Amino acid sequence: MTETTPDSDVKFPPVVGAGPDEATISPATPGAAVADLPDGIDLVHEHGLEFKSRSQWAYARRRFFRHRLAMASFVVLMIILLAGVFAPLITPYPFAAQDFAHSGQPPTFKAHHYFGTDVLGRDYFSRVVYGIRTSAKVALIVTLVSTIVGTIIGAVAGYYTGWVDNILMRFTDLILTLPALALLLTAAAFLGTGNPTRVAFILALLFWTGLARIVRGSFLSLREKEFVEAAKAAGSGDLRIMFRHMLPNAVGPIVVNATLIVGIAILTEAALSFLGFGIQPPNPSLGKLISDGQDVSSSMWWLVTFPGLTIVLIVLCINFIGDGLRDALDPTQRRTRA
Amino acid sequence: MTGFATPSTRLSAERVPEPILSIRDLVVEFATEDGVVHAVDGVTYDVFPGETLGIVGESGSGKSVSQLAILGLIPQPPGRILRGEADFQGRDLLKMSKKDLRRLRGGEVAMVFQDPMTSLNPVLKIGEQIAEAIQVHQEDVSGKAAKERTIALLKVVGVPNPDRRYDQYPHEFSGGMRQRAMIAMAIANEPKLLIADEPTTALDVTIQAQILEALKKAQEESHAATILITHDLGLIAELADRVVVMYAGKVVELTDVQTLFAAPRHPYTVGLMDSLPRLTADEEWLRPIPGQPPSLISRPPGCPFHPRCFLSQGRARCRTEEPPLRKIGRDGHLSACHFAEELEGHTSKLVNEPVAGATS
Amino acid sequence: MVTYIVRRLLYSIPVLFAASVLIFFTVTAVGDPLANLKQNPLFSQQTIHNIQERKHLNDPLTTQYAYWVKDAVTNKFGSPLLQPGTKIWNDLKRVIPHTLQLVLLAEILALIVGVAIGVYSAIRQYSIFDYAATTFSFLGFAMPVFWLALMLQILFTNIFIKWHVRIFYTSGLSSQDPGSGIHFWIDRLQHLAIPAMTLMLLSIAQYGRFMRASMLEVINSDYVRTARAKGLPERTVTLKHALRNALIPVVTVSAINFGALIGGAVITESIFQLDGMGPYFLNALFNQDAYVVMAWLMVSATAIIIFNVIADVLYGYIDPRIRYD
Repeated sequence: MTETTPDSDVKFPPVVGAGPDEATISPATPGAAVADLPDGIDLVHEHGLEFKSRSQWAYARRRFFRHRLAMASFVVLMIILLAGVFAPLITPYPFAAQDFAHSGQPPTFKAHHYFGTDVLGRDYFSRVVYGIRTSAKVALIVTLVSTIVGTIIGAVAGYYTGWVDNILMRFTDLILTLPALALLLTAAAFLGTGNPTRVAFILALLFWTGLARIVRGSFLSLREKEFVEAAKAAGSGDLRIMFRHMLPNAVGPIVVNATLIVGIAILTEAALSFLGFGIQPPNPSLGKLISDGQDVSSSMWWLVTFPGLTIVLIVLCINFIGDGLRDALDPTQRRTRA
Repeated sequence: MTGFATPSTRLSAERVPEPILSIRDLVVEFATEDGVVHAVDGVTYDVFPGETLGIVGESGSGKSVSQLAILGLIPQPPGRILRGEADFQGRDLLKMSKKDLRRLRGGEVAMVFQDPMTSLNPVLKIGEQIAEAIQVHQEDVSGKAAKERTIALLKVVGVPNPDRRYDQYPHEFSGGMRQRAMIAMAIANEPKLLIADEPTTALDVTIQAQILEALKKAQEESHAATILITHDLGLIAELADRVVVMYAGKVVELTDVQTLFAAPRHPYTVGLMDSLPRLTADEEWLRPIPGQPPSLISRPPGCPFHPRCFLSQGRARCRTEEPPLRKIGRDGHLSACHFAEELEGHTSKLVNEPVAGATS
Repeated sequence: MVTYIVRRLLYSIPVLFAASVLIFFTVTAVGDPLANLKQNPLFSQQTIHNIQERKHLNDPLTTQYAYWVKDAVTNKFGSPLLQPGTKIWNDLKRVIPHTLQLVLLAEILALIVGVAIGVYSAIRQYSIFDYAATTFSFLGFAMPVFWLALMLQILFTNIFIKWHVRIFYTSGLSSQDPGSGIHFWIDRLQHLAIPAMTLMLLSIAQYGRFMRASMLEVINSDYVRTARAKGLPERTVTLKHALRNALIPVVTVSAINFGALIGGAVITESIFQLDGMGPYFLNALFNQDAYVVMAWLMVSATAIIIFNVIADVLYGYIDPRIRYD
């Protein structure tokens, strides 16, 4: 088998005759041609190498920032989150303060009852803001726990394959055959609820499955790549290979899915709380607020509307951000938004 | 800058027939994230009835895009046909209504694509897909007649057991058979012009011979002029009458096939020939063309090939002035090189040996 | 094909079995099913003792499991904790059709509308329709189902209050006296309309998005290019060549969805007070009746498994590349 030669050894047929320009006739190499050029000619341009080589992350970052909706959503979400974090500072009223004099009022600007008050005169704007706080806390815990658990399970399954993979995936599938909400309700009913942390862990019990499958898929394809073989040949242990070499390459889909989990967690927690199986007083919860307003919904529509709109806004922002992340981190997927 | 290359001496030399397709100064570009890609940059050539015109070039040279563009198969955002003419039997394809263009496609002008695996609809039967092509263009043909014609076509291109194969799905065909089915589909309506875009590239070398056979049979059957797009010089040597060499979206050389191999007059063509491995000679090194094809987004000024050109040797004219496609020597040999005359007397070593086969 | 179906069904049996084990042990493991009752002063020691005998609660768990399975298969899932006279399966038999009606109505409509929206969004990508459809989809994904249900209820209730117009009912499964035959069904439809709308919205968002993605992929494929190169009219290219391919994943997803909704419309059914699987389940949870809960979970799991098999079979039927998997 012949090897390709280094450029300098390439020989060309000698050129007979001289053109109108004075040019030395000699076997030319690209290097030689360039050396003859006067200064000021763009070398890079000559060779058609105009592109800056950008790193992967720079490309990803650029794509994310170009996703206008994702950027806008990011800003809005930050505002909402900060409102929740700084709830005691910005709410005009404490969460449980009752004021019978002003009960049952529709939204108004005076007395700062932006979202109105309920039958007991509690300011709904304040309650909603505190509710945001709880939702954020629960969503964060759920996402963190389920992402970690899902990643570990998926990584182990995808890396080792064989019977380990089989068992883990059968187990995952088994969980998927059971109706999610019902399972959560069951767990909540029998394990007890009320506390946001407890609810978060109950939710996390179920949410890791999607991520596990995705990570498994990534690892299954990654393990065939050469850098894994190289690492093995260099004597790296399994764990090191999995978490130091393979995991960084699987980060894209993990991040995108984790973002989506946040949104789903918020919706699910709201549903549980609404039904009474989730967070309960004295802890604030957007879902509970909605159920509180259910009985008087035909007259005091604002009690149901505003907490719900808040949830919608939060999850909407999260989904847009997730979409932007997907555009940024997974360029192979066709862009489904402009 | 117009070059009307005359057809090769294989055809009648007394009277120059009318070209069936005339492309004049076609410019096609694409808007992408990184800038505007000038895929086809002022391309001009003719195709004459009954002949096989080969279009040779590397990937990205614009050879496929120019054909897809004139048939209206390029999606028009990101793609854009900036200017040009494409006269098919006297009518400009670029100015035709969508409806008229559609009537031509699959009828008088047919195309065979590169990858038969993905070019056939996986959920429809092969026979149905071919019969569909017939019925769309010949409305008075009954379903039964279309089926019969389809089976006959499959036989022409060499698909065994065509009546059974009619009811099969693409995944039940082998790669070579699929491509033959595509060829059958293309000649179903006796096109005047057949465009074959890299018909053998996606197939094993052993199958390529069969496809060659099928193509030749197809040409006999339909008497169509053929445009054969490929990067495989061996295919060109076998099938083409005249050849267009493209580089970076431009035509750099145009001549009949014998002259191309015997007396190439453009350094890129010379480089292509030289880079072929040879069966007989005792060689140790392959001789590729150094460097890379230029980015189509921002090309260097002057001749697009000059950064890699052995002939140029850094001469200022090559760097600053784009060479026009002009007549060289006799008989409709065109070359886009300022110094094409310097290649006079240069004979490709390939002339004296059996064609070695595929490049790249 | 038949062998494939049989094989898939046979394969489901161990899954069903495993599911039953999982259900039984998680539900019983979380605590004594009688914990609530024991604390309730209304229940005498004797009653509690009877229940323990009936449900073999003094036996080891594995034995209890065996009795439970036996009950499930031969004794209509046995009886609820507090109503020894009735059988759980009879209740289930009553509520399942109601849920099926709701889910069928919602999903079929959602599929038709979602597919249409998705196809149109794909062929007119980046148009105003596309943006509107995408926005709608995102909104759909962000909306809590129960909130949407409440808002629709509020809306239609207020329409009734303001203008005395009642096209749809905002609660219940049937009116007091719905009549028979066609009248019964029209009445039923009127009651199911708003709950179906609630479920539909999320499904339409899902299917629309999915169909759009699938269609976009197909539209840019080589075989669609071939179809165009053949000179086929654009409509034929879209409907005959592109759609058929793009529909494949969507149809299978919808089958799976259908199965999941049987146990998944809990919230909607309870808000609209429909006598379906949902309220039945919630009731059991409130009463902490472990046996009803377990039976319900088994039925749901079975529905999901069956519809997964249907989805696989459907996929094999529509896509000629998949045969006998």
